[in-house]
Formats: sequence, structure tokens, C-alpha cells
Amino acid sequence: MGKVKGKSGPLARRPDNSAFKQQRLPAWSPMLTANTVLPFFYLMALICMLLGVWLLLTVQSTQEIKLDYTEAGTCDICFEKRKNVSNAAQTCTCTVVFPIKKALKGDVFFYYGLQNFHQNLRRYMDSRDDGQMVGRKTNLKNPSSYCEPFTKNQNGLPIAPCGAVANSIFNDSFTLTYHGSSGPSIRVPLLRKGITWYTDKNVKYRNPKNDNMTLAQVFEGTAQPLYWQKPVYELDPLDPTNNGFINDDLIVWMREAAFPNFKKLYGVLYRASQPFTKGLPAGNYTINISYNFPVQYFQGRKEVVLTTLTWFGGQNHFLPVAYLVTSCLILLIAILLTVAWWKFGKNGKRMEE
Amino acid sequence: MHEKERHVKANAQDYNDKFSYADNHIKTSKYNVLTFLPMNLFEQFQRVANAYFLVLLILQLIPEISSLSWFTTIVPLVLVLVITAVKDATDDYFRHKSDQQVNNRQSQVLIRGSMQSEKWMNIRVGDIIKIENNQFVAADILLLCSSEPYGLCYIETAELDGETNLKVRQSLTVTSDMGDIAKLMDFDGEVICEPPNNKLDRFTGTLYWRDNKYPLDNEKMLLRGCVLRNTEWCFGMVIFAGLQTKLMQNCGGTQFKRTSIDKLMNTLVLWIFAFLICMGVILAIGNTIWESWIGRNFQVFLPWNTFQSSAVFSGFLTFWSYIIILNTVVPISLYVSVEVLRLGHSYFINWDRRMYCSQTDTAAEARTTTLNEELGQVEFIFSDKTGTLTQNIMVFSKCSINGQTYGDVYDEFKQRVEITEKTACVDFSFNALCDRRFKFYDGSLVEAIKLEDPAAQEFFRLLALCHTVMSEEKSEGNLVYQAQSPDEGALVTAARNFGFVFRSRTPETITLCEMGRAVTYQLLAILDFNNVRKRMSVIVRNPQGQIKLYSKGADSIIFERLDPSSEDLMHTTSEHLSEFAGEGLRTLALAYKDLDEDYFDVWKKKLLFASTVIENRESQLDVLYEEIEQGLKLLGATAIEDKLQEGVPETITCLNLADIKIWVLTGDKLETAMNIGYSCNMLRDNMNEVFVISGHTLLEVQQQLRSAKEHILGLSRVGSAGDVEKADMFSDDSVFEESIIAEYALVINGHSLVHALEPQLEHVFLDLACLCKTVICCRVTPMQKAQVVELVKRHKRAITLAIGDGANDVSMIKTAHIGVGISGQEGMQAVLASDYSFAQFRYLRRLLLVHGRWSYFRMCNFLCYFFYKNFAFTLVHFWYGFFCGFSAQTVYDQWFITLFNIVYTSLPVLAMGLFDQDVNDQNSLRYPSLYKPGQQNLLFNKRQFFLCTLQGIGTSFLLFFIPYGAFTVIVKEDGSHFSDQQSFAVTIATSLVIVVSVQIGLDTHYWTAVNHLFIWGSLTVYFATLFAMQSNGIFGIFPSNFPFIGTARNCLSEKSVWLVILLTAVVCVVPGLAVSFLRVDLFPTLTDKVRHLQQSRKRQGPQEQSLRRVRRTSSRRSAYAFSHQQGYGELITSGKNMRMSTVSSARSPERTPQSSTWIENILQKKNEVSDEITAQTAAAH
Repeated sequence: MGKVKGKSGPLARRPDNSAFKQQRLPAWSPMLTANTVLPFFYLMALICMLLGVWLLLTVQSTQEIKLDYTEAGTCDICFEKRKNVSNAAQTCTCTVVFPIKKALKGDVFFYYGLQNFHQNLRRYMDSRDDGQMVGRKTNLKNPSSYCEPFTKNQNGLPIAPCGAVANSIFNDSFTLTYHGSSGPSIRVPLLRKGITWYTDKNVKYRNPKNDNMTLAQVFEGTAQPLYWQKPVYELDPLDPTNNGFINDDLIVWMREAAFPNFKKLYGVLYRASQPFTKGLPAGNYTINISYNFPVQYFQGRKEVVLTTLTWFGGQNHFLPVAYLVTSCLILLIAILLTVAWWKFGKNGKRMEE
Repeated sequence: MHEKERHVKANAQDYNDKFSYADNHIKTSKYNVLTFLPMNLFEQFQRVANAYFLVLLILQLIPEISSLSWFTTIVPLVLVLVITAVKDATDDYFRHKSDQQVNNRQSQVLIRGSMQSEKWMNIRVGDIIKIENNQFVAADILLLCSSEPYGLCYIETAELDGETNLKVRQSLTVTSDMGDIAKLMDFDGEVICEPPNNKLDRFTGTLYWRDNKYPLDNEKMLLRGCVLRNTEWCFGMVIFAGLQTKLMQNCGGTQFKRTSIDKLMNTLVLWIFAFLICMGVILAIGNTIWESWIGRNFQVFLPWNTFQSSAVFSGFLTFWSYIIILNTVVPISLYVSVEVLRLGHSYFINWDRRMYCSQTDTAAEARTTTLNEELGQVEFIFSDKTGTLTQNIMVFSKCSINGQTYGDVYDEFKQRVEITEKTACVDFSFNALCDRRFKFYDGSLVEAIKLEDPAAQEFFRLLALCHTVMSEEKSEGNLVYQAQSPDEGALVTAARNFGFVFRSRTPETITLCEMGRAVTYQLLAILDFNNVRKRMSVIVRNPQGQIKLYSKGADSIIFERLDPSSEDLMHTTSEHLSEFAGEGLRTLALAYKDLDEDYFDVWKKKLLFASTVIENRESQLDVLYEEIEQGLKLLGATAIEDKLQEGVPETITCLNLADIKIWVLTGDKLETAMNIGYSCNMLRDNMNEVFVISGHTLLEVQQQLRSAKEHILGLSRVGSAGDVEKADMFSDDSVFEESIIAEYALVINGHSLVHALEPQLEHVFLDLACLCKTVICCRVTPMQKAQVVELVKRHKRAITLAIGDGANDVSMIKTAHIGVGISGQEGMQAVLASDYSFAQFRYLRRLLLVHGRWSYFRMCNFLCYFFYKNFAFTLVHFWYGFFCGFSAQTVYDQWFITLFNIVYTSLPVLAMGLFDQDVNDQNSLRYPSLYKPGQQNLLFNKRQFFLCTLQGIGTSFLLFFIPYGAFTVIVKEDGSHFSDQQSFAVTIATSLVIVVSVQIGLDTHYWTAVNHLFIWGSLTVYFATLFAMQSNGIFGIFPSNFPFIGTARNCLSEKSVWLVILLTAVVCVVPGLAVSFLRVDLFPTLTDKVRHLQQSRKRQGPQEQSLRRVRRTSSRRSAYAFSHQQGYGELITSGKNMRMSTVSSARSPERTPQSSTWIENILQKKNEVSDEITAQTAAAH
């Protein structure tokens, strides 16, 4: 092993005198000394403190309104109705009234939220076919076995989009109406497009290529998911380009939430016209809900969230608080270390021999 | 089938084939081309970890429970298997090569009436083979005849027992004249003998030939591994071949050596399995509960599988799914990484220039690549003496003649000068016959000779006459001495250089060349050496007709027999002897006596009579010798240096400081061994007591051991009642051992060791030995060496290292945890059996204190980090289980799981494991105490494992819950949905990679460019891979395998994600940092202190500081230098060992019958005795 070949002479087998082979590579050997560690701790404490304070101030300037409409307002009727599966085909609408005491300034985002809905179960998450959703024709007609039992309908037609995720799409819809202190009620305009990630909309989800065929023709021979009221190519009656697998609501739903309580973007306030150019003015609002999604099976709740944003996302109290707590802890540790070093430290310097 | 008796017939291959004896082919390799793959895979899957991953792979193929794709397991598994297989294949290739080299050695074999050259491996039992001078004997053979008279031949058995003196073997008289091929062809004797065994000094058998029986004993056997010396050729018949030879039988079985860390690792892996199963069970129960409470109601959206009848069954499936997901706590790449590290450490050993010996052009070699970290934990070293501690070169270094010492060199201020390479040698050019290799530094002795100082002349005349050396004059003036022991050779060579050249001898004469004049002395008698007499004398008649007796021997023996007139001289000489002994030299006293012609005649007659009596001949001879060796006149004393290997005392001192106990196990005699003990500082005169155990019976040994132990214990705890034997008294053994401040040494003889190693005594022996600073075992057989090592291995939970150079050390080398062979000498057996080899004993210091320490340190840090990393990585799934309905959903992308251990985090930790140095090599050597943590196993043990897994668990907790806290409320900057599983996965994965990278940075003590490259490189590779795996292109090709498309882009462009990562990293790292700072600051270890010192010294540049050998002031010790056996006198006076030509020309016809009868009587008697013995044993059978 390791024989040096090709050399001759009396010192033929002498190992090379390279720094690498002799383990003398130049190196930096840092040590944990009080001079480096203590300032580092104080510095970290300071940085965390500053960040925490800054984030806290930012978060304070945001506003958020949460509205649990599961059984609120007139929705209790619909709630009862949805308890029974046989009523699934019947429509049910209800209204919830709520006030906004302080105007939401700037861009306002409208989310629907679900609680206790497990989009993160393994079998649920696997129950989809990305090949189908990216528009592969073979997958369209032969969905992956992962979609079981939502692969084919009773007639043996392949389901598009297949799988439990698509099947369970959140299908409540909302209209928000503003009742100003004076004047008529105005429907709050919501932008229902551009609410997805760019990559999802343009890369991950594609409709099957249709050579001058309509979407309906492309999807011919497939069935709509069991719980859906309309086929995938008719999801958005207003905008034909927003249909099929590239429907924004579908895409948003298909991005499975990591935790059972989540909120997903429904729309963004369209600020083109008065009185919404500066956001949502204060006043009374009603929200009309087309109440389709049953939650009582799994003790779920449904809610609507209206919020404004900051530079680091929505109203997020966790980060500033966590930063402040961390900062305090580091400061505490730093002080303890300083005391320990000052009082008891052997300094590690002297060799007592 | 067990062989009971061996039948071998010469020249009868068909007959011998019936018994299917082993052939001479030696195989140490394991595989061939065809068997490699199946056997190697079979072996690899015997490893628990590999088998486990195979099971996992099978589990993953079941879709119902497969929570991870099959590739997450198969990629690392294949990688691991391939790397190990490649390594095994290379190892085996080298074994094949070395086998081939031995098997293809040529030997001459008698085939169909002619001598043909044949490879060793083709030699078979019953063949007659010819061995020439200086050739190795190919198998165990029965000597038939040789070029020398009486079928004598000389062998060197260094390979077998480490003794370098020549030994005589003699063939049966009936076969000794078969010197030509025709006779050998006709030889059809059958040997019936004992089955193969490992006893080197015993052989019993009978030769049946021409209707006669001839007993055979060990004196007629040449064993494999011996070298034929001084004999032109000899013929022998193969009795044992190949693996059945005594040498191979002595080699012991090759044990697969595992390090203690290996064993610990196996235990830990089992613990981790248990932990894994616990987690699986917890999560499975969680799943059962969840399914029956919530999942049952969630069936609208996610119906249960058709076969999933109940929540319990779902829990059962989940258990297996979680086993698959959490499998990464058992680190698959652990074993292969450990192997890679050890390989790297081995290369560093091979590359170390400071372990390279330029004289022999040999570099150190790590022959086994699996033991390196064990080098950092050695507590016991078992060392051979000859060739390991000593060079086996005897040098005439000093003498005392007539009260005057010679040999030291003084400068002009009368200060003694240390003799170095540069000191000028004495010029011996006046003497044409001098040996040019002889070096002497004191010019005054040559002056004395040149001035014809009578004492000096008589001194060297004695040295030239009183010995049993044979000389050979190859060409005019080119003398070669064949000495039976190197001591004698040194003395005769010294006399030769000082002008008293021993030129030749016949049975009756010795011819010297004294200061250029040829002088012939008549040799009247040789009063041979034996163990009791401890002296030898010759009686010669010089040309002037005077009869003189010259005697040399142990000083105490000679001094007792001095004439009162020598008393003053005796005192001076005695002082000189003490001085010599104090320097570790082997001393001899020389004396002479003028004999009266009449007195000698009377004595000679008595001698002749005594030598013919049959009963008590030996004792009668002894009495006669004693009678004439009285009233001697002292001439002086010689001091021979048994040259130590370079740097031996320093190395031993240094290793002692590192708390390593060194035991010397040697085949040499007690005196020689003790002498070396003194000269290499293992025995010191300030030691309280040196116990010598040399009892012959069990009781005696027991008695001696007990009294020695009581002596030690008595001093330290007087009156501690009673029974020393009781083991429970030593329950607090280690504490107790340390409390003994007094220094003791134990010297034990081989024949006593036999008893000491018996089950009822071994505890006492071991306890006593461990109480002593130094242990020397002498006259031990190779197997005993192994037994001693085994004893320590068995009862002390300590790492043992055996170091030796000869075949006699092989068994010990193989038994010890670590075997080290001294390379560069002729024999390679020890090296071939060893795990490490280098040229000089002193490299052991560097091997242990530098390489061993570093290896251990690196390996421990590596393991700690590795377990930490895997726990931090894997347990995140556990926490996630509580939020995803215990459904075995992974947190990370599957590709991340596949690559995390083998790509993203493997190189930085490997770089740390390869290059890290807490303290540089100079300081490691300067402070041997730094070695102690390894012996106490402080850096990696169950506690450390527990701590680092705890750190890993804590990190995984923070890694999960900080992003969890943020992600429940997070949205993207453009307001879109962001709390999805994929973004969460990328955030946690990135935090994890950053946290473990920061952690490795904190754990690295020695940042070389490679470390920088690997750490930064790994981070870069992580991000590059992340973006590549989530790019549009790869998704376009395999949409189902890469569902994470675009997540990294969307996720890592968010400021909030980076805020989360920063927070996680800070929170995960800070506690560990605070703890290690406190530890260094409040409880600094020696390592920390030395590191600090090293830092502050850095600017001053390295200062070499060497341990200097302290010259001891020593009390008087008598050391007898002879290391040869009795019986050479006979051979000389009988002329048996003379070459035909010399003998025939010099033998005077009328004298020979007399002396040869005497010799033959002896030989005959020996044969009778052995006849009786064989008859008895035959009857017993």
C-alpha cells in the first residue's frame, strides 16, 4: 500500500516532504477565548434585539380581521344542511355581517382559512398526479395509481384532475359588500387572478396541448372529480384562460398546506375605483357566501381573513416576539458567561505544571 | 478427521497421497475472481447495518407503507457496498501477491532421479529436498545428510524464536552418508511421527528403514523458517508442509481485529435501533388514536384503503412507515465514513517522513487500515527484545586492564566526551588483518599494545584463545568468524583488531597472529561453559612450552576463585565493573593461571578417567574443573555493549510518561534481558525492588508471586488482614494501583511463566505485574508471548500493543489488539502478520503519541458530530408527526433525504476527521500526558454519545418549532399562500444545512484550506443542487419525481424565510457555544492549556525540546555475557565441526581415537536415552 514507484536510489521510498502528506498544512486554529466569545454573544443579543424591535414595529402597523363564518350569521342553516351528505347537490348561500372599525390601508388581501383540515396527511398529499397536471396526455387518460380511490369514476372514466387533493377542493365562494355610512352598498372588487406562484401557474400546471381544440374537447373522455359540481374546464366561467389545470383557485388549493390550520389567498382588493383606492375604508361589510364546503365531519372551522401586508409578509407576531425572546436569552447567557469568566475563569492560559 | 499419527514414506508419493496431508501451498487470501462478489456481499450483509438497510429497502418496495421512495435507501446502500467492496478487493489483492511471492520461492526437489527446481507450493510431504547455504527451509524436514561430516548442519532460528546464535542439527548416522542422488533415490524409509503441533522444541517420531527402527527427535529436524548457515548443502525429507508446519501452527489463527470504538459503535447502533422502535411505537399509537378520533371522520376526503379495516391496523402500517422515514438515525454512511477516515489516517502514517528510516530505506506502513484510533488508547505495550529494543549487535566498547580503564574519550579538560558519529576512531591500519567495521575511540589502548604492555597483551591473548569461535579464511587476510553468540564474536574481533588475531584452529591447536607473528598454541583442554559454571576456560601450551589456563566468566564467579595476590586489582576492577554495568554494558571478568606441568598431567589423567565414567559424569567433570580453576590471577574485565536501537530509552521514558506500561517478552536469558532492562531505563537502581520469579514448580512460583505481592502490599497497607488471593480485595483496583508510589519491577522466567499462566495463578500474576512499573518475561516461547498478551487482554479492559521483529513474535502480534512489526530486517514474518510496521522501535513514540492520538481525537469528534447531525436531521420527522396526523409524511423533499448524508454534509465532517489537530505534533510529543484521555476513553463513550444525541434532539426540536411558529401565520410578500409543506420543507432543510455547517465549523480546531473548501463547497453544492432539483428543466422531464419545482426560488427570495433561518441558526448554535466556552474557561483540560500555549508561542517559532537520556549512577550488577549453549567445547575438541580438509590435514592420528571415543560415548549415550524414551512413548501409545 502506498508504495512509491518510479523512483530509484537509496531514498527511493522516502515519502514526499509536502505539507499535505506531513500534516503541516497551514491552518487557522481558532480558540474559544473570552475575547472572541463574549463580544460575539453581546453582538448577537444586540442584533436580535434590533431586529425584534424593528419587526415588532412593522407588525404593529398591519391590520388583520378574522371572521369565523362556520356557523356565523345566517350560515348556521347551511352548516346544518351540509351535515347531511344527501344535500350535497343543493346550493346554499348565507350572509355574515361584520364591521371594520379602522380602515385597512394599502393592499388588502382576502384569504379563506380552514382549521383542522389535514392537507398534510401522507396519503392525501401523495394522492395527486403531477404528470397529469402538467398536461401529459398519457397521464390524463391513465392517472397514476397514487390517486386511488379517485382515479376513475363509477363509469370507469379517468378523473381529471385525479386524487384526493383535487377532489376535496375548497368550493365556497365569497362576495364582499361595503355598506358605507352614507351612500349605497358597494360590492368590493376583488382580483381573483395572479394569486398563485408564478412557477406554479406557468410551469407546474399546464393544460394538455390542444391543437386548435377547445378545452372541453381536450378533456373529453375524462370525468370530473366526484365532489365537483362542474368539470375542470369550466371552473371559471368569466375567463376562459383561467380554466383547466391552470385555474388559479385549483392551483392555490393544490399547494398543500403544511399544517391543519391554514389560510389560502382568495383574492386581492382591486384598488382602481373609489372608495377602495386607499384600501378598505372603515364601515360595515357583509359577506355573501356560497356555502358548499362541509367541515363538520372533521370538526373543522372555516374563516375569512382580511389583512394588509408588510415587507416581510403578513401580520406575523411570531418572528418579532421570537427575536426579542432570543435576544434576552442571549444577553442573559452573555452576562452569566461574563460573570463566570470574571469570577472563576482559569483563563485557560497558564500551564500549571 | 483428526490426525493421530503421521506416516510419511520417502520417495513414495502414491503412498503419502493416501493421507491427504496439507501441501506446501500457503493461502492467506480470502477470495478469488469468481467467489469475490457472492462472498463479499454475503460478508457485507452480515453487518447489522447493511442487513438493516436491505430490510428497509424491501419495506420501501411495499407501496402501502412506503413513505419514502426506494432510491433514498438504495443510493447510499450501493455506494457503501461498492466502497467497501473495492477496499476488500484491494486488500485481498495484496494478500494474493504476498502469498504468491512466498509460494513461488524456488527450492530443489529430487524428482525422478534428478534435482529439479520447484516452487515451494509444489513441495509435498515425503519429497526429498535440497537446501543450500543461507536459504530458508521450505517446510519442516527431517535432516538426512549434509555437506558437513557426521551429517551436521547449522541453522539460524531467528525467524522461529528470535535467537540469532547458530544451532547444530545432526542427522541419523545411517542416513548421513547419503550425499549423492542415487542413494537418496533408493531411500525408502518411512517416518511415523506425531501429528502437526505447535511445539517448536519437541518432536518425536521413528524412522523405519531396512527393517530397523531409529528414534527421531527435534535435533534431527529443520523447521520451516530456519536459515541454513555455514553448511554448503543438506538434504531433508519433508514431514510437515504448508499450514501444518510448526511455524505456521505457531502463527495462531488470524483473528479479525475490531477496535473498541467499533464495538461501542455496534452497541450504540443497537441502542439507536431500540430508540427507533420506541419512536415508531409512539407514533404508531399516535396514529391509531388520531385515526379513530379524527381520521375516521376525515374519510369523506380521504377514505381508508380497502384493506385498512381499523385504526389499529393503520397504526401498524404507520409503524413500518415511520421506521422507513426515521431510518436515518442509524447512519448508513457512518461505517463507510469511518473506513474512509481510517484509510486516510493510514496514509498519513505511510507518508510520515519522521517515521522513515533512511538507512534501510523503509517508510512506516499501516498494513491494517481499521485500527488507527485504537493507537490512541494503548495501555500496554509488549515488546520483543532482540531486533526490537536491541540491534543484536554486540560491540566491544570498554575494558579494564590491570586496573586501568580504556574506552572513554576525554577532551583537553579531562572531561568525558559523548561518543558520537563524528568522534575520531582509532586507526588500526598497523594491523593488516583487522576488521574494518570495528570501531574503537580510545587511542590509549593501542598505545599500550604498541608499548608491549604485558598485561594488555595477555588480556587480548586470552580473548583470542578462550572461546569457541570458528574462523574461515575466505581469501588471504579476509577472516570470517562464526561465533556461536554475538558476544564472543565481539570479543574475538576486538582481540583481532588489537593485534591478536585468531586465524584458525584444529582440534588440538589454535593459531594466532600476534602482532604480525604467527604463533601456534596447543589446545590441551576446553573447560566448557554451562549455566551453573557461568565461565569457560581453556588450557593451552604456548610455544615456549608453558601451560596456561585462561578463564573468562561472570565477575562474581571469577572473583571467588582469585589468588589473594589479585585482591587490590580486584577492588579496582570491581569499581570499573560497576561503572560499566551502570552504563548498561555486559561485563566479563578475565583471569589466567600458570599451570605446573606435573600438576596438569595428574589433572588430565583424572579428567580422562572422569570422562569415561557413565554415572555422574557431568558432576565429576564439574568438580575437576572447579579444582583447576582456583587461584586465578585477574587480568581485567571487558564491557560489551548490546547495542540498543536508536532512541530506545527516550522512547520508553516518554511512553511511560504517557502512562503506557511496557512489558518485555523475550526468548533471551534472564541476565541478558535484565541487562537490557537496565540499559533502556526500564529497570532502575532507584527502584524499590526487582522481583525475580524463577521457580520450577507451581508451588514455588505461587510462593514467590505471593511473597512479592505481600511485599508490595505490606508497604502500602500494613496489616490489611489476610488473604491476598481474594479477588474482592482488589475491587478498587485502579485506585489502588495508583496509590502505590514505590516503584517495583518484575522479572519472570519462562519456566515459571508456564505455572504463572495457569488458571489458579494467573490472577495473582496479573495483579502483581500490574503493580510493577516494569515487567520482563524471559525465556518465553512464542505461544507464551501470546498467552501473556491474551491474559492482559482478557482481564484488563485495556488496549494492548505488541511489537516485534521475528517469526517468534507473530503469535503475540496477532493476539494483541494492535501488532507492530519491525521492518527492514531480513525476516518478514512479523511484518506480514502485523498491523503496522516501521524500521525502528523509536517510531513507536510518534505512532502512538502523534498519529494514534490524532486518530482517536479525530474519530471521536467525527462520531460525536455524526450522531448529532443525524439526530438533528431525522427527529424533525418525529415532531412533524404530531401535526400531520402521524401519517408518516416526511418533512423534507425525498431528494434531500437521499443526499443529505452522502453529499451535503459528508465532506466537511470527513475533512475534520482527516485533518483536525487540537495540538500539533511537537506538542503531542512534548506533553505525553495528552495521551491519557484516550486510555481513559474520555472523548467518546456512552456519556458522550448521550450528550451529542441530546444536542441533536434539541437541535431538531428547535429546527422544527421555530419555522412552525413562523409558518402558521406566514404569507408571501405578494400575499400569496406560503404556509405550504414544500416551502416549509425547503426552509427547514436550509436551516438544517446551515446549522450543521456552523456546528462543524465550531467543532473544527484546525482550519486548513481543505476544510474551508469542503464547508463552503458543501453549502454551495447544497444550494446549487436545491435549485437544480427544483428547476423547470428537470421537472419537465420527470414531473412525478421532482414535485418541488420552483419552491426554492419562491421560498428563498422571501425575507421572512431568511429571518426564520437566521433565528433558527442562532438559537441552535448559541447554547452549544456557551457550554463549550464555559468548559474551556472553567475546567480547562491539559489539551486546552497546551493549545493555549501553542497559540501564544506561535510567533516565537517552534522550539525543539528533546528528552535527554540521563546517565544513571548505578549500583554494582553482575551481568554475564554468554548467550550460547553448552556443548560447543565438545564439538571443537572432537573436531566434528571442522571442515573435512582442515581436520584431515591437522588431525594427528594417534590422538584422535582417544578424544573421539569420548565424544562418541556421549553421543551414543544420548541416543540410548532417546531410544528408551521413544520405546516408552511407543509403549504408552
